[in-house]
Amino acid sequence: MVVGVLALQGGFAEHESVLARLGVASRQVRTPQDLSGLAGLILPGGESTTIGIVAEANGLLAPLRDFAMAHPVWGVCAGVVFLARAVGRLQPTLGVLDLEVARNAYGRQRESFTAQVEVAGLGAFPGVFIRAPRLVAWGSAVEPMAWHEDEVVGVRQGHILATAFHPELTADIRLHAQFVAWCH
Amino acid sequence: MAADVLGDGLARMLKGGVIMDVVSPEQAVVAERAGACAVMALERVPADIRAQGGVARMSDPGLIREIMAAVTIPVMAKCRIGHFVEARILEAVGVDYIDESEVLTPADEVHHIHKRDFRVPFVCGCRDLGEALRRVAEGAAMIRTKGEAGTGDVSEAVRHARQVQGAIRRLTAMAEDEVAAYAKEIRAPLSLVWKTRELGRLPVVHFAAGGIATPADAALMMHLGMDGVFVGSGIFKSADPEARARAIVLAVTHYADFAKLAEVSTGLGEAMSGIAARDLADVARLAGRGW
Repeated sequence: MVVGVLALQGGFAEHESVLARLGVASRQVRTPQDLSGLAGLILPGGESTTIGIVAEANGLLAPLRDFAMAHPVWGVCAGVVFLARAVGRLQPTLGVLDLEVARNAYGRQRESFTAQVEVAGLGAFPGVFIRAPRLVAWGSAVEPMAWHEDEVVGVRQGHILATAFHPELTADIRLHAQFVAWCH
Repeated sequence: MAADVLGDGLARMLKGGVIMDVVSPEQAVVAERAGACAVMALERVPADIRAQGGVARMSDPGLIREIMAAVTIPVMAKCRIGHFVEARILEAVGVDYIDESEVLTPADEVHHIHKRDFRVPFVCGCRDLGEALRRVAEGAAMIRTKGEAGTGDVSEAVRHARQVQGAIRRLTAMAEDEVAAYAKEIRAPLSLVWKTRELGRLPVVHFAAGGIATPADAALMMHLGMDGVFVGSGIFKSADPEARARAIVLAVTHYADFAKLAEVSTGLGEAMSGIAARDLADVARLAGRGW
């Protein structure tokens, strides 16, 4: 089994390191051909405008949408923005997750923070929020799965997972292990 | 500790991206639409600082705020080496990263800023491994090559990248009992030298900067082990900034795909004219600033 990591820009190497720790083979995805045979795909953090623009230039938007319809996909931070249906401005996105986000809604870098979050089925989890998007509203097919205090910071829609925080920047590999289990 | 995770984390999210110098909100929007992962807000690009001479200082906070309001990507700004009050002002303005930069006229010829006290992370330039690790020891969360800013000549950025990467290769190959003497030789803290040896790379994100003018230059720096690139004068001093900016963004993603690089390098018009770095008098070299 090979899990893909979208490698257009951003923190993709960190996800590959965690997958390697779990003994899972990974592949960097830059072109539509790179998607063939993958069991699942992680959309890493980075700048969502950059990732969207480069994906569009590479003809990746439609292949990524098709892939997300049939396979497990996990968006982290910018990856959540890239998956979302509405992001409050014009930028290329996949729009496969029935979620509305507000980009950089916590503020600028000096307002970035770490805090404990609660993940459904896993309990307490270290949350690293870097210029994170806020999850504003979601459709009935979307199920909240992570909370910071009373605020939803992670959701699931079928086999699409989205977290505003960065598990790959912590030593906690449980969410990656759970995602890999979905891919099997 | 939390601030370290966050500053380092943001640098990690910038990897594989292009950070572009801009002097107006309009240029910032062009950069964002071209796919820049961040912009550096400045009153003058390095080529103009070089041409106009005089003392170069932090930009007007009003201009930086206008640029911050124009784009959603992170905004960086430069302060002078050692000028911790300029840095505090930039922190108060709310920039996402501060570049303690040799491109501006140094305010302190002995000391760099103690960067650990700040809520906003710093990037600093280096020419070699010792300089990089001294900056990391002071609290820099990200390192870039100095190169020779404002020249459009990539040779100094190549020299500095090779200096750092070559030194790391030597460090990882040497005997354990040689490490302490090596740390002393390069004037770097022993703990960071050991950490670098264990990781086989700098302990922070490492970008290229200083003279990158073409998609091929950007891809070259990625092959030399850099995590991303800064492009200063190279974009908005060229004939078609929008097309060149987009091409450099794609070149950093596809740096190992030479057919793709051929495609994105096509029809960009004139690159910035530039100056050969080796023709510069010593006093005109910015890379010598920093201690």
